[in-house]
Formats: sequence, C-alpha cells, structure tokens
Amino acid sequence: MKVGLFIPCYVNQLYPKVGIATLELLEKLGVDVDYPTGQTCCGQPLGNSGYESDSKGSCQLFVENFKNYDYIVCPSGSCVYHVKKHFDILEQTEDVVNVRNNIYELSQFIFQVLGKTNVGASFPYKVGIHKSCHGLRGLRLGSCSERMDAHYSIEESLLKEVKGIQLKTLNRVDECCGFGGTFSIFEEAISVKMGKDRIQDHLSSDVEVITGTDQSCLMHLDGLINRNNQPLKVMHIAEILNSTL
Amino acid sequence: MSHAKEAELFNKDEAKVNWHDQALWFVRNKRDKAAHTVKGWEDLRNLASAIKANVLSNLDDYLVQFEENAQKNGIQVHWAGDAEAHNKIVHDILLQNNVKKVVKSKSMLTEECHLNPYLEAHGIEVIDTDLGERIVQLAKEPPSHIVLPAIHKTKEEVDALFQKHLGTVPSHGDPRYLTNEARKHLRDKFLKADAAITGVNFAVAETGGIVVCTNEGNADMGVHLAKVHIACMGIEKIIPEEKHLGVFLRLLARSATGQPITTYSSHFNKPVQGKEMHIVIVDNGRSEQLSREAFRSSLHCIRCGACMNTCPIYRRSGGHSYKATIPGPIGSILSPGMDLKKHSSLPFASTLCGSCSDVCPVKINIHEQLYQWRQIITKNVKQPVVKRSILKMAGIVLANSKLYGFLGRSSRFMLKHLPKSIVNSKINTWGKARDLPKVENDNFEDWYKKRKS
Repeated sequence: MKVGLFIPCYVNQLYPKVGIATLELLEKLGVDVDYPTGQTCCGQPLGNSGYESDSKGSCQLFVENFKNYDYIVCPSGSCVYHVKKHFDILEQTEDVVNVRNNIYELSQFIFQVLGKTNVGASFPYKVGIHKSCHGLRGLRLGSCSERMDAHYSIEESLLKEVKGIQLKTLNRVDECCGFGGTFSIFEEAISVKMGKDRIQDHLSSDVEVITGTDQSCLMHLDGLINRNNQPLKVMHIAEILNSTL
Repeated sequence: MSHAKEAELFNKDEAKVNWHDQALWFVRNKRDKAAHTVKGWEDLRNLASAIKANVLSNLDDYLVQFEENAQKNGIQVHWAGDAEAHNKIVHDILLQNNVKKVVKSKSMLTEECHLNPYLEAHGIEVIDTDLGERIVQLAKEPPSHIVLPAIHKTKEEVDALFQKHLGTVPSHGDPRYLTNEARKHLRDKFLKADAAITGVNFAVAETGGIVVCTNEGNADMGVHLAKVHIACMGIEKIIPEEKHLGVFLRLLARSATGQPITTYSSHFNKPVQGKEMHIVIVDNGRSEQLSREAFRSSLHCIRCGACMNTCPIYRRSGGHSYKATIPGPIGSILSPGMDLKKHSSLPFASTLCGSCSDVCPVKINIHEQLYQWRQIITKNVKQPVVKRSILKMAGIVLANSKLYGFLGRSSRFMLKHLPKSIVNSKINTWGKARDLPKVENDNFEDWYKKRKS
C-alpha cells in the first residue's frame, strides 16, 4: 500500500508542524508514505468563492501529483471534501475518478482503512473537539446534531484511546466556527463573532486544548485566542495523536 | 447594501446579537427534542423529499387536477403569472364584494407580492392577524423570519409599540398583558372584516381542498366570520393526496417550532353556503426556478424556517440583513432566482457549513445550491476588483508548482519580517480581530526535502 501525503497549501506554508506530525504519525503506524513535492492546492478557495472554473489548472495538477498512489491522506477534512465533491469540473478520466475515490482525511484513514483506534498516544490534558463542518457534514466523520442517526464520531473514537486525555462535552456540539474560507474576510463581522462564541463554549466547558481535523478552522480560532490572550491552546488532531507526553 | 454590511451593523450591539442567537437556538433545540421522539425521522424526510420531487415533475397535471376538484367543490380558482396579476385578482374580488376591511392570516406569498401596500393604496384596510405579523405591521417593518416574524423584537420593544398604537399602559414587557391587549384589538378587527385572506400550507390535488396551519386560530376565525375567503398559494404548494398530509404535518411543526403539530391544522374544502371561497394560484418566478435543474429542489420548501433557526449566520445577523422576503439559507437560494443582481451577496452569506441541508425536513441541499449560485454570480454580476483579481491570480499560481513555491516563500518572508503595525493594519481584514499565525523559516516542503537528503 503506497500512500501519498497531501499537505494543504496553507498547512505547508503556515503550519509545517501539522504536516510533520501527520507524516510521523503515519510512519509510526507502519504506513509507507511519500510526499510528492511540487503539490499546491485542491482549488477549494477558488471554488467556494465562486471561481471554480479558474481552479481547473490546480485541480488537474493535483490529479497529476497523486494519481499513482493507492491512497491519498490529508490532515484537512475540507480539502478532502472538495476533491470528492467538486472535482466533477474535470473530465472524469480513470485517474480523476481514482483520486476522488482514494482520498481520505487523516483520522478517517486511520479508522476506516487501517482499522485502528489506539495509536499509542498520550496527552494528559482536557480537550474539546471542534467538529469542522466539511468533515462532519461533508465526509460524515461523525453523526451531526441535526440528523436523528445513532451517535458516532471518528475523532472521538481515536481520541478516547489517548492515554490521560479528558474529552470535554460542549454546550453546542457541532456549531460552525465561522471560518468559511474567504467568508472570514468578506463577512468579517459575523465570522469573528462566530469564532468568539465557539471559543467561549470551550472555555465554559473547562477545555484546555481545542483540537479538530481542520487546521483552517483552528487557525481562525487561534488568531482570536491569541489576540484576546485567552487561556486556551489549539492543536491539530495529528499533533495530539502523535504526542507521547 | 450587501449582507456583510448589514450584518456588521447588526453586530454593533453584541448583547442583542447574543439574545437573538440564543432565542433562535432555543427553537432549534426544541426542534431537536421533538424530532428525536419520532421513530424514523430520517425516513420521513426521505419520503417528504420524494413526494415533493414527484409533485415538481408532474406539476402541470397536479395543478389541473387540483383546479378541477376545487371547482367541483364550488371554489373559484384564479391563476396569476406574477405578483402584479395576483394583487389585481385579489383586488378585483374585493371590489366585486364591496369589501373595505380585510383580515389576513400569515402568508409569505402575499408578502412576496407586496399585497398589503397595493390594497392600502386602493383604500382597503388590511390587518395582519398573526400576532407576530401584527407587531411588525404596526412597526412598519417586514417580517424578519417566516415563522417568527417579530423574533427580532424584545418584549420591551413590543410594549412600547403597543403603547403607541393600541394605547396600552406600560407593563415592563409583560407578555400575558400584551397578548391579551392584542387579542382584544384583533377581535374587534375580526368582527368588522368583510373578507379574510389566508395563505396555503398544502393544496391537495386529490380533493381540491387546502390546509392552513396556525397556532393562533386566526385563519379559522377570519374565514368563519367574513363572507369572502381568498386563499393565495404558490404553484409548489401542491401535494398529490390527502394521506400525504400524514408525512408533512408531522414534519412541519416539529421542524418549525418543536411542536408535535400546530394548534390548528385547518382544512378548507368548500365555501359555506351563502359565502364565497377563492383560491389564487401564483407562479411569480417559480416555473423559471423549476427550469433550473441545479436549483429545482428549492421548490420543495414547506416554509418551516428550520434552516433559519439553525443557521449560525442568520442567528447572528438577523432576518432583515438579507433584504429579501424569505431570509436565511432558503431565501438565499430562492432570491437570486428572482433578481440576481439585487441578491448577489446572499449566497456568500454562508460558511457552507451544511447545517441547513441536514435540518431541512424536505432535504433541500441548500448549501450545495449556495455554492452553485456563487459560480453563477461571479460570472454575471460585477465583483469587487480586489476579490476578483486576487482569486483569478490564485488560479494561475496554484496551477504552477514553481510560481507557487516562490510566492509561498516570499509571503512567509514578509509576514515574518514586516512590523506588526503593518501586518495588522486596515488593509488586512483578517487582522482586525485576529492574529496571524507565527511564521517558521521553513515550510513543510522545505523540511521534507532536508529530511530526505
């Protein structure tokens, strides 16, 4: 099994430590991982802003970079969702179809493909999970509060096995943080208010560390927390699952 | 003004935003509890969605069937192509019956057609009898929500409004007192009305009858007291058979307010002897929306308002920020079909979180349609120069590994070395309330290459 690691553009540029944790974690789990250099972006920022047709070049490049792998793994649910959902703008060649079928969000890959819940991590802190929308309602990484299905959550299943961790329950279990890509700029007032409210929910729930599967949501929350000097840390789920504290 | 600007204004009063958010979240919570009590809720949603899809694919036949059956029952049926035709038809019926005073129960369609100002301009008094509707009518405002039209008003604001218009005494916003006063005021209007206008929740093709759901019984009271009943409906309100009400009535009230059923589900099948009943069937852009494949299912909507209650943006920007008859997520996929330019900011008033689609009792893929409208709007409505050029440029950069690598390095260099006062200055909207991430020397790719060698 040959796995291609997809590190989203903003994680590559701004959060190399999340990429490093993802790679180390997969290697620890015995996965044969390769990072194809020269990768850029899945095109999501363009698509969500209404410029899908300008993203074809970047989508095509994505397929070129990843077409030869059995699986593609990425530490961001929303990028994975974009490839699965919106690569219909490309001609559906065998390569495109394979790439769309074989791409997994990191926790989903560990849970569904490797069939593991215990990755041998330890992390003795009180943790709140921010269930990013595209992972939750797009990839169905867990049940959402709107639907009446039986409860499940891939993130919870993995984090529960982490030694020493205390998972905290939030008042609103899966409300959006307000990042939303370019929404965070063009609807700045609401975006900031939504982020502040999400953070307050974690604070009121006695959380020390907010985690999640999407660094973009976490970047937004982290930006607010740092500006307002709030007593919270933000870590990607890969960093917690790779932790041996 | 764009939704973003309206939302920014609404957010000047954070305490009010919190109050508004919590009031609607309370309704969303009630809905969750009510839906949890129904075994097979998701099956019901699937069924409702399938029935509506069937209706839309056979709409012409069902409408004709409905008309025939309604006429057999002695109901007079009228067809209106647009809002203007609708208003004229209603006015003509009122003229023929020499009507001077009308009571109306809730109808988003008549809001859409701006019927009230039309009739008032022709010297007819129109009183909205749903309490929330009456409140916004007195305040000379449009409804801010389709089920809870005055949800943006606190009880203290209603107190002040009633003092001014109904002559009530100050009560510190005592809901019991205020409701009682509204009741007395409305009772008088009911007794004096010559005609009653209602909306339609469901029009049953099989029987030619209509169903109107209210909590206040105001539709019944209006219809039973007046000599003329005019029911106004959009063409999409059809359901094939009466038994299908068993699906929709179970979904509607639970989704709307968390009630198992509305207090009144009133069936109007024919006029009472000596009285008249009219039904006005209105298109007003609906058949055009029906022709747009990607947006067709927006016509499944049964106007429960659940997508508004769940929407984190709606809750924090208020219904008026949408500047459309139907606000919130569903309005943001319906309104661009009516006037693309005017409503072009609405599909962007979303993080595409998808909560609306999962809460929707008839399974409209609202957030996916928002995405689709965005693609259409950037091609057909002039976009801000900065937004357009940045995104077009990004398309070129992201398709080219080398260019991307170079720009990534230089941006990180600037972020790292420019003083904070510049990085967080006015031109950086992100930085108004949020810090930017701390930048490392290497990006992931640099680190990876070094490790490999």
